Amino acid sequence: MTTSMASSAELDAAPPAPAPAAPGAEAALPAAAPEPGPRVPEECGVLTRGFNLWYGDFQALVDVSACIKPRRITALIGPSGCGKTTLLRSFNRMNERFTGVRTSGEISILGKNILDPDVSLIELRKAVGMVFQRPNPLPLSIYENMVFGLRIHGGAGRASRAGERETVEKALREVFLWDAVKDRLGARATELQLEQQQKLCIARLLPLKPEILLMDEPCSALDAEATEAVEELLDGLRSRYTIVIVTHNMAQARRVSDDCLFMLSGRLVEQSPTAELFVNPRDKRTEEYIQGRYG
Amino acid sequence: MPKRFDDDLNKLKRDVLAMGAVAEGMIRKAMAALVDRNAALIKDVLADEDRLDEFQRAIDNETVRLIGVYTPVAGDLRILLMITRINAELERIGDQAVTICYGYESLKLIEEPPLKPLVDLPRMAGIAEGMLHRALEAFLNSSEGDAEVVIGTDDQVDRLNDQIFRELLTYMLGDPRNISRSLGLILTARAFERVADHAVNIAEDVVYIVRGEDIRHVKG
Repeated sequence: MTTSMASSAELDAAPPAPAPAAPGAEAALPAAAPEPGPRVPEECGVLTRGFNLWYGDFQALVDVSACIKPRRITALIGPSGCGKTTLLRSFNRMNERFTGVRTSGEISILGKNILDPDVSLIELRKAVGMVFQRPNPLPLSIYENMVFGLRIHGGAGRASRAGERETVEKALREVFLWDAVKDRLGARATELQLEQQQKLCIARLLPLKPEILLMDEPCSALDAEATEAVEELLDGLRSRYTIVIVTHNMAQARRVSDDCLFMLSGRLVEQSPTAELFVNPRDKRTEEYIQGRYG
Repeated sequence: MPKRFDDDLNKLKRDVLAMGAVAEGMIRKAMAALVDRNAALIKDVLADEDRLDEFQRAIDNETVRLIGVYTPVAGDLRILLMITRINAELERIGDQAVTICYGYESLKLIEEPPLKPLVDLPRMAGIAEGMLHRALEAFLNSSEGDAEVVIGTDDQVDRLNDQIFRELLTYMLGDPRNISRSLGLILTARAFERVADHAVNIAEDVVYIVRGEDIRHVKG
């Protein structure tokens, strides 16, 4: 997540810092195809093979093998504690913030195993953006929130202020926020409504041209109307990004996702197209869970 | 899913079975009216049709309510969707019984002397009624096995229908005075054949409920 990677002092620094040269030992993820050219769809946007994760002695993920298809919305569903958020966070290696975390197996994104020691976390988190349960804009202006990631990743130079502004406008338009904020880009982002804050948190990822957007219950703090607005936004983003969303809300999983992964006790039980999973699940445990008969 | 849903669904299933029992009774009475030359049974069949219509409306309304209130998924959704289809099949079975009875009246099959001893037609009606009964049991018990048996029995009914048609054709060719009664019996056989088809449709719906597979219109 870009917001956790630099202090506000850095943000206020006059010229945006150029991208730090990746140390020789660190491999950048393969670059995404430049827009607006068509992207070649890979078979899997995210591929896990025999992935295991331990928090100390506790194994939270067990032999997870899944193919998350590109340019689609995939919902991770399952009861609390089943490992879906852990799996989501594994896709940009956020779990490594915790002590005692060990992993084995493989997670491939853009054809590169992100668990390899030579992977640059900065580049990984640029390609794999994350949105959290509660909107977490920086206590800065809307505009500064938008350019924060760009500046620390060096995607826009000071020489191209106009270009930077254009990028901000494009991203805010993508999340249907531009009209609401275009006249007050200098206002503090934390003063926006919750729904707008969440949209902003999604929008600020987009200038970095991520391949994958991870969303951990992005609507859990929102009311019904705001949830509908965010879901509409997801629908608009689905054809351009690979989106993985964790949700406890079965109705939301049905509404927004193309595919579903059902997890139980750290294991992947079933992966199916959403329409199939909710009408004709293959596994009895999936059926019991989605019918609300689990436990 | 709350227990209330299971209670409501079980009650709905009982209503479907009660409706099925009425439809079965209509078939039986329609055949008996001709075999026993008992016109009173025709009135019974017509009265039963009203009951069937009431069942159909009530079951559809309740199904819509359960879907709206509980937003069921998976097996719960499949069974509710199929109940609306089974409901319609049962109503059409009742329509066939009514059609048979109207045929008796318009072609005076009961008043006029019998054309021939009735053997194959009651047999065919019995098989069709049995198919319906077994299809409803398959629904009650979520039994793929019973459903498959019903589907497999349809050929017998089709063969009997062809046999009855060929035989009655010879009666019509032999003497034009036989045409009206022969035609009446052909139409009656045709209606029982349709009843068997509806039973097969119910059995296919049961297969969809049980394993989520749509086996309609699958050749071979």
